[in-house]
Amino acid sequence: MSVSAVRRESAARSMLDFYATTIRTQIQTQFQYRVSLYMYTVGMVAEPVIYLVVWTTIARSQGGMVDGLTPGALAAYYIVWTLVRTMNIVFTPFGWEWRIREGELSGQLLRPLHPIHYDLASFAGQKVPWIVLYLPIGAALSLVFHPTLHPHALQVAVFLVAIWGAYVIRSLNQFSLGMVTFWTTRVGAIFQVWFLAELLLSGRLLPLPLMPHWSQTLANWLPFKYTFYFPIEALVGNMSTASLLGGLGMQLLWIGVGTAVMTGMWRLAVRRYSAVGN
Amino acid sequence: MLPGVPGVVHVSHLTKIFRVPERESGMSAALRSLFKRQWRDVHAVEDISFEIEAGEVVGFLGPNGAGKTTTLKMLSGLLYPTSGEGLVLGHVPSRREREYLRRMTLVMGNRNQLQWDLPALDSFELNRAIYRLPRDDFRRTRDELIELLDVGDLVRKPVRQLSLGERMKVEVVGSLLHLPAVLFLDEPTIGLDVTMQRRLRSFVAEYNRRHGATVLLTSHYMADVEALCKRVIVIHHGRILFDGRLDALADSFSTTKTIEAVLADGERITLRVPKAETSQATARLLAEHDVTDLTVEDPPIEDVIEQVFAAEVSA
Repeated sequence: MSVSAVRRESAARSMLDFYATTIRTQIQTQFQYRVSLYMYTVGMVAEPVIYLVVWTTIARSQGGMVDGLTPGALAAYYIVWTLVRTMNIVFTPFGWEWRIREGELSGQLLRPLHPIHYDLASFAGQKVPWIVLYLPIGAALSLVFHPTLHPHALQVAVFLVAIWGAYVIRSLNQFSLGMVTFWTTRVGAIFQVWFLAELLLSGRLLPLPLMPHWSQTLANWLPFKYTFYFPIEALVGNMSTASLLGGLGMQLLWIGVGTAVMTGMWRLAVRRYSAVGN
Repeated sequence: MLPGVPGVVHVSHLTKIFRVPERESGMSAALRSLFKRQWRDVHAVEDISFEIEAGEVVGFLGPNGAGKTTTLKMLSGLLYPTSGEGLVLGHVPSRREREYLRRMTLVMGNRNQLQWDLPALDSFELNRAIYRLPRDDFRRTRDELIELLDVGDLVRKPVRQLSLGERMKVEVVGSLLHLPAVLFLDEPTIGLDVTMQRRLRSFVAEYNRRHGATVLLTSHYMADVEALCKRVIVIHHGRILFDGRLDALADSFSTTKTIEAVLADGERITLRVPKAETSQATARLLAEHDVTDLTVEDPPIEDVIEQVFAAEVSA
């Protein structure tokens, strides 16, 4: 075949094909390292279990409740937290230095596809085995901590959409954050500030209603809440239909903002990329 | 080439200057650099111009740090030029238009773009999706490339279990699945044994012959260049020193000829004489000895290149 006569698939169909192929490839890769996969999943459970034990102890010492949250509600929050956390793990900004130094970025820049698609597709693929492993862990945690969880159909539906919304928001934000590496090489301190803000204002450390009022107000104006608290609360809380759909709308808004910031930064970052020796 | 119509690769006054921080060693210099950082401009590529026609295989030669890889990176869209113009297949590479990226490839001998834990066949599938290749075309090309490089067994093993040479071969297959019209090959045979080098060379030649692709190749192995390239561009300190036929390189730069003679008693004599004195030296040799065989050659191309760079350094 001549190089001038190469046929191409249509753009939309091939994008779906790319996502499906990458997801398949990542699932296969994850199964190459089964022991590390088990250990990783078990490690993931440690953080919420610590939070859960602490808050349950506090609730019991205060007569069975913390700010209206029962041990059962706290158990539901942190068990669902574990699944949401598993879902919103994305390529870390700390990895960008490696990505540039090892030449991986050069390889991605040579492809006729924005690298964000590879990140989105590959981490989505990695989640499949993680979720399969989460299911028995979630069941075991439920047996031990007795969560209060009675979601109705709309809550389940919103939750299933919201965990992917959270994943996309976090992917876009951390992709943009990682690109700071193009401007300064020692970016660890900047990332730490970002992650501290996320820890406190997302509902990751504790449910937002347990936070001071001013920080709850602040959280409403930032994307973090929509990557942890909103998906969890959609399933375990008592949100109205309007609040559920409004939350999805806010996720969509933050996806739009994240896409705009990421696209703008990418254009500038690529121009700065000097790639000496990579 | 038609007048006014640029070749497949058109480079005009291309320049790349890197601004790099620098400081003396020691604590006081480290403290000073906290407040006032010093910078130095590194002229990696300076005002180079050349054209490459469709189907040409051109060797891009130069010592380490000469500007070869920087040039290839500018032509493949990885680097923005500081000034000047690069045009490949009618595209400005730095714009990184998808249509352009689908028609070129950059193979770097020391880089791995395959999925480390999976057989290369899985990475090839990923490339099929990335380059939007119809499945039947993809399978045909893949099988053809696998056969050409004889890697049928290797593509089924996880990439991490392949040797450097084996990995390079499957890497090349992965880089060509989209049948690029332009190949930038940066040290494709680096670290490979002689057999692997030869195999890769004949593969590049065959790909060029079958698909009419244009190839710009850098290599420190002159055997690569001699086997593949009729034309070479020699670059040093970011500037082009020579652009022409490989066999003209020796004419332009070599100041000596090598005379080899076999005498009647079986003794072999090798003389390196100034070019201008070749005929005199040959005549004297024939007159004074009983010669059964005699050859007059340019010195090995490695020596010529070495002379070129040495002359540039001492200039």
